[in-house]
Amino acid sequence: MTAPTQTRQMAYIAGQASDARVNVELETEGMTLNIGPQHPATHGTLRIIVRLDGERVISAEPVMGYMHRGYEKLTEVRTYPQVTTLINRIDWLGSFANEVPFILAAERLMEIEAPPRAQWIRTALFELSRIANVVLFLGDMGVQLGAITPVFYAFRDREFVLNQIEAVTGGRFHPNFDRIGGLKDDLPKGWVDETRGVLGRIRSFCDEMENLVSGNEIFQARTRSIGVIPADMGLAYGLSGANIRASGVDWDLRRDGGVGLVHDQLDWKVWTHPDGDSFARYWVRLQEVREACGMVEQILDGIPSGPVMAKVPRIIKVPAGEAYVETENPLGIMGYYVVSKGDLVPYRVKIRSASFNNVSIVPWVLRGVYVPDVISILASLYFILGDIDR
Amino acid sequence: MASLADALGDALVSSEVQPGVDVWVRVDAGAWVETAQTLQGQCGMAYFNFLSAIDWQPSPFGRDMDAVIDREDDGEPAAPADLEWGITGGEQRFQLLARVHDPVGHLGVHVKCDLEGDPPEADTWTVVYPGADWHEREAWEMFGINFRGHPNLAHLYLPSEFEGHPLRKDYPLLARRVKPWPGIVDVELMPGQDDAEDGEDGDDS
Repeated sequence: MTAPTQTRQMAYIAGQASDARVNVELETEGMTLNIGPQHPATHGTLRIIVRLDGERVISAEPVMGYMHRGYEKLTEVRTYPQVTTLINRIDWLGSFANEVPFILAAERLMEIEAPPRAQWIRTALFELSRIANVVLFLGDMGVQLGAITPVFYAFRDREFVLNQIEAVTGGRFHPNFDRIGGLKDDLPKGWVDETRGVLGRIRSFCDEMENLVSGNEIFQARTRSIGVIPADMGLAYGLSGANIRASGVDWDLRRDGGVGLVHDQLDWKVWTHPDGDSFARYWVRLQEVREACGMVEQILDGIPSGPVMAKVPRIIKVPAGEAYVETENPLGIMGYYVVSKGDLVPYRVKIRSASFNNVSIVPWVLRGVYVPDVISILASLYFILGDIDR
Repeated sequence: MASLADALGDALVSSEVQPGVDVWVRVDAGAWVETAQTLQGQCGMAYFNFLSAIDWQPSPFGRDMDAVIDREDDGEPAAPADLEWGITGGEQRFQLLARVHDPVGHLGVHVKCDLEGDPPEADTWTVVYPGADWHEREAWEMFGINFRGHPNLAHLYLPSEFEGHPLRKDYPLLARRVKPWPGIVDVELMPGQDDAEDGEDGDDS
């Protein structure tokens, strides 16, 4: 009476053996792939250690610090006007926007308000740096996915925006133009008309991108439903800017924050996208460039006359207190928590930069994706290394 | 603010509201994680903004952090200054500082917490806000704050063999030790200039 048992046992063993054979045949070897520190997708020097199982990512660990410059420590030994020189270099593609929240925080502590003309010009330059920054992203997104042409268009048209910023501030990348209580200088002659022409070029650049890239089948295949970030995950990781709006969260500090800039007096729209994938992040940024063009045009029409500098003491001592001001920068929310002890220098400055939070989701979002998608996700998250490492 | 105070209950130590500007609360160290859970669950603060720390012990090297030899009074190092805290006060040298935000109601809250011990210790927020992971690693390497229960408390920016905690106030700025910084001169008045010409709102604070 042992036969059925034996038969069953043999069948079991055969099953085991065949399973094992299948396992052997499909076994994939673990591999560690090092992306960066020098890689076009890293906007600086970010290194990502990716562990692979076949083509699939098991875990991804970003390694930062290649560009850490210790700005939080250095701000403690710089006077308030000197700090803007440092923080210009955090997000080097949209430098002017870095200065604004810090200056606003210092102004709040000193209870100074910039004159209306200064606020309007500030907002114009703020949005121009957004255009200069995001235009490069639009071109760069294409080049990450193998389309070389868009990036040349982006560099070509960004130069016109940089020229306008340079005409006002004297610096293409590091304007250092914002002052506590206003601006260093007024607009040069003829700037308003020239800027109108430049905005026309940027609008046609956006149309070009839409024709060249957005509808492209390869681009869609590489970005649609790739790297989906649900809204609750994005919020818990502190994503901001277009990254969180592409996940359907209707939240923009330019509309909802209400500090110091004149966005509330302009007519514009916050764009969101429900999908949360790489394509959504690209698409939201494209719309935001168009909105920014519209905003600058309205500002050019509406700049009030008057002084560009409030009355401030020559030696700037900021009264003791704490203030936190955040604005919607090109890369996302940027904020400065300034602790003052009534001295010439800040006691402590916590720099809350957008890319640091935006990249902290990378280990989560890269888990389980295929290797080529790593690049498209990194490109669509859009970070600047100076903004991560500070 | 009243609902916030109700939700936090006994954990709330002190709070400050600047109407239309900002809200600060200081909570008990033991209730650090419960505070995060309450804020996320009951108050709609789904958005994790940042987490950092403040060292309230002023630097023994003085404001400019120049080498002692370059200062005029290169005598005894000054006695440790008394601790002065900012908004919502404090009791300990190290304070955690975090901010969470309600993206629907557009309200943000700064949460502070005094830390005891050497090294100072706190519970990790990563169980509530996964985004706190890197921020706690940064606070750990920059301030030496130990986060209990953190999954991977490794160096973030600095090389793994680095010693010391650079953002502590008693950590010297080594570049200034080597060469005093000339830039500090820029804020002194030029000869012949008079601060009084800036008018009645001149600097006397």
